Amino acid sequence: MNRINKLFKEKTDNILSIYFTAGYPSLNDTEKIIKTLDECGVDLIEIGMPFSDPIADGPVIQDSSNIAIDNGMNLNVLFNQLYGIRKITNIPIVLMGYINPVYQFGYEKFINRMMECDLDGLILPDLPLDDYKSNFKSIFDKENLSFISLITPNTSNDRIKKIDENSNGFIYMVSSSSITGKKSTFSRDQIQYFNRINNLNLKNPKLIGFGISDKLSFENACDYANGAIIGTSFIKNLSNINIKDSIKNFIANIRSL
Amino acid sequence: MKYNVNSSGFYGDFGGAYIPEMLFSNIDELNKNYLSIVEEDSFKKEFNYYLKKYVGRPTPLYYANRLSEKYGSKIYLKREDLCHTGAHKINNTIGQILLAKELKKTKIIAETGAGQHGVATATVCALMGMECVIYMGEIDIERQRPNVERMRILGADVRPATSGSKTLKDATNEAMRHWINNPDDTHYIIGSVVGPHPYPDMVARFQSVISEELLVQLNKVEGRDYPDFIIACVGGGSNAAGIFYHYLDNSKVKLVGVEAAGLGISTNKSAATTKLGKKGVLHGSKTLLMQDENGQVTEPYSISAGLDYPGIGPLHAHLSDSNRGIYISVEDDEAMNAGIELSRLEGIIPAIETAHAFSVFDKIDMKNKVVVINLSGRGDKDLETYIKWGKY
Repeated sequence: MNRINKLFKEKTDNILSIYFTAGYPSLNDTEKIIKTLDECGVDLIEIGMPFSDPIADGPVIQDSSNIAIDNGMNLNVLFNQLYGIRKITNIPIVLMGYINPVYQFGYEKFINRMMECDLDGLILPDLPLDDYKSNFKSIFDKENLSFISLITPNTSNDRIKKIDENSNGFIYMVSSSSITGKKSTFSRDQIQYFNRINNLNLKNPKLIGFGISDKLSFENACDYANGAIIGTSFIKNLSNINIKDSIKNFIANIRSL
Repeated sequence: MKYNVNSSGFYGDFGGAYIPEMLFSNIDELNKNYLSIVEEDSFKKEFNYYLKKYVGRPTPLYYANRLSEKYGSKIYLKREDLCHTGAHKINNTIGQILLAKELKKTKIIAETGAGQHGVATATVCALMGMECVIYMGEIDIERQRPNVERMRILGADVRPATSGSKTLKDATNEAMRHWINNPDDTHYIIGSVVGPHPYPDMVARFQSVISEELLVQLNKVEGRDYPDFIIACVGGGSNAAGIFYHYLDNSKVKLVGVEAAGLGISTNKSAATTKLGKKGVLHGSKTLLMQDENGQVTEPYSISAGLDYPGIGPLHAHLSDSNRGIYISVEDDEAMNAGIELSRLEGIIPAIETAHAFSVFDKIDMKNKVVVINLSGRGDKDLETYIKWGKY
């Protein structure tokens, strides 16, 4: 059982996952951000691998990606930063990004470096299921790594079942038909969608992402899933001057009673 | 159909649909419906009606007497520059807007680089009374003012893409994001043979009217329906795909694609994707892609705004990779000189994209051969660039 499976076994609700872009605001912030998030009691971390053309992301994540790339972030640098991360934290860590940088790095080398760093999962939204099956699945199954897939309000039930079968860890429920960073309070349509998914009895737990920005939207999301993912608003709140405090304040706000 | 798309959307190793789940339902809807729609008799009839009455097809196949004399070949020009709006782009936008109507879409979005596809899209939206949003890189908006105003006159909402490098690839990103946010009522008219399957095939089919006409026209004047060489410029590659289409599996025809080398392929200021690109994934398709060693997409350069795309359609990646096609690249100055030469010898000022296709005579031996060049667009939009270049 990997750390993600273990997390969802031990905790079934109010799971908070934070996304940040590796290499932002500064190239070497990765360890500091992970450590602080862990200390703040965040449950899961998604590390964004920056790409020049992130079509599923809004301007905040795109800008942070461009800055990260300009700062010198790439997969080699990131894996070097994450090598030894298990000495300081046991929090589940997922890498998230677009297929092209991973493809250039080499799938096999990428998976090896993931294992070397003892990471837990991968999200590649533009990787087709068939490509996952032929290039990743057997080794992911063997090494107990999680492959996490997205579903949206427009994903059909049949397709969701297929995605659920081929995923492991959790299902990433995109809250609405949108790119990241859009504001939302849940509409009737969205609630209907969440209920539809919950009635499918999927084998994987679910986290809601996209449009979750603060305490209220986090708590709303937790009513319909095991927890939620915050990315854009976390990145917006990262301060270049005192990064630790900005993280602590942000998380404290989400988790406040 | 060795070189055309296979049933899973691939051209050899290239193509496919590498899209996030947020685009899956849009692409799936197209994929399930496009073939049955475009093959319906009623669709074909309507498509052909607009091509004939509105676009002005068939476009002439013109024997370029003085150019032929100069280079010792029999050179024919396929006059796509005479299409309404001044380029082949409208063949595709007519096809796609009719398809969008069949799919009950009410709004259209598109990306544009130089503005030609944007104008062709704004035009058909006006024709069909549909709402139209065009994404264009902020930098391109500055460079291509007249086309921006043409689109606005036609009623389109031209929105600047302010992210990334602020050019064509970013306009494409923005259009895709718009589509993710509006999946139900909107159709995205991609302007070239790029993007996730079925776009490359769909656009190639709509553009294939060019080679369909060529078969008949050439047969009349040459007594055979195929030439020895077909030459076309390639950015994403839609005009080339259109004129190659019916000849893909005819090995007697040499297919020549001409890319923009910009200031030279070793200068960092180039758009010669088959020379400088590596296999990669951009805008939903696996293709040859200009990128750095970390897989970040690099910004191409060409004097012609219509050729500076960092990728190339997967069909062309396959034709190049399999050596079915000959892909060469010509520099800014060569293309500009060829444009001036065509103007002086034949009285036709070509678009600068198109001028690239006219700079191949000293690169490929075509003596005494029958050569067809796709004259994909006219140069009116490029006057300012010609003037700035100034060497005429």
